[in-house]
Amino acid sequence: ITCETSGSSSVTAMKKVVQQLRLEAGLNRVKVSQAAADLKQFCLQNAQHDPLQTGVSSSTNPFRPQKVCSFL
Amino acid sequence: MATDGLHENQTLASLKSEAESLKGKLEEERAKLHDVELHQVAERVEALGQFVMKTRRTLKGHGNKVLCMDWCKDKRRIVSSSQDGKVIVWDSFTTNKEHAVTMPCTWVMACAYAPSGCAIACGGLDNKCSVYPLTFDKNENMAAKKKSVAMHTNYLSACSFTNSDMQILTASGDGTCALWDVESGQLLQSFHGHGADVLCLDLAPSETGNTFVSGGCDKKAMVWDMRSGQCVQAFETHESDINSVRYYPSGDAFASGSDDATCRLYDLRADREVAIYSKESIIFGASSVDFSLSGRLLFAGYNDYTINVWDVLKGSRVSILFGHENRVSTLRVSPDGTAFCSGSWDHTLRVWA
Repeated sequence: ITCETSGSSSVTAMKKVVQQLRLEAGLNRVKVSQAAADLKQFCLQNAQHDPLQTGVSSSTNPFRPQKVCSFL
Repeated sequence: MATDGLHENQTLASLKSEAESLKGKLEEERAKLHDVELHQVAERVEALGQFVMKTRRTLKGHGNKVLCMDWCKDKRRIVSSSQDGKVIVWDSFTTNKEHAVTMPCTWVMACAYAPSGCAIACGGLDNKCSVYPLTFDKNENMAAKKKSVAMHTNYLSACSFTNSDMQILTASGDGTCALWDVESGQLLQSFHGHGADVLCLDLAPSETGNTFVSGGCDKKAMVWDMRSGQCVQAFETHESDINSVRYYPSGDAFASGSDDATCRLYDLRADREVAIYSKESIIFGASSVDFSLSGRLLFAGYNDYTINVWDVLKGSRVSILFGHENRVSTLRVSPDGTAFCSGSWDHTLRVWA
């Protein structure tokens, strides 16, 4: 399935491809070591605020008590 | 769009060769910065403990396959949609159904809760995205207040409100994504670039600005600028359809789930794939993925009826959850991260914690 707008000549389509690639080639990138360190840092900094990671006790997790009495 | 720098009489052949050389340059640039693997950086990180995650609620009521679900910001209400055309709003604490509406089409593949909690959006084989206000008037006919917002030329595969109830982002089998004004139904921006059906989308966390990521049957994940309609980054490492994309909570990365039986992590600043979550024993497609609040855990639902829980940093699987009796089709972590909900072709939804 193609989703090109009107302007169906191959040359027009190829021009769009080249323009897009030029844009992507010009991106500023960081090293994976830097990016990975930041991902790791974010995880560690937020670990204690992550209920599914730390395992929240029944008293604080609304889903853990099996029977819920709610008066609506 | 200005075509500065491209001569009108530039031939197809020279454009093709420029495209090839640019692709080669892109690969080179990405490779230069590939100095380490994510799991190596995470070697000294403390391993995760044993996980005890169980089904805490089962939501029964759909008459056919559950295709999509979304949480309300109140962390307890859930909207779900099904192949039988029904859209149901549930209170996940009590499992009560609060609202139900029957769509005029079957295969309601997409549904979303409005940020205010006062409306829901849904669509599928009708090629539209419609918004239904939610009221508590028992006499009110929900279907009567329906507002058609988006119109595509093929099925609606995904939808999401932006930061307010006023705008909706859609993805479609027609190969495009689009941004709509809810009130007027006006098309605000369209996003062209996928070479086949777009199956999923996710909005960047609001702090990171106006971008979103989409995944499609062309095996590509594309990141878009919502204002300009421009694709700013594209990733093509999956070997089959991408069924689900979800931003990492910091907004610097996103995960994808694919029919190639893998989930992958792409870092936006490094502009490349940085992790693959796979096992030889996992041979069925991943249909839906979401992160825990810290981004450390990746929950992924699969076509083999299971949910695998991955350690995002170390790349290993930490748990496998059984319970559904057919494909898991949709999965979302609750807004406060205390639980996640999965929907399945077995007609049920399960809340896990």
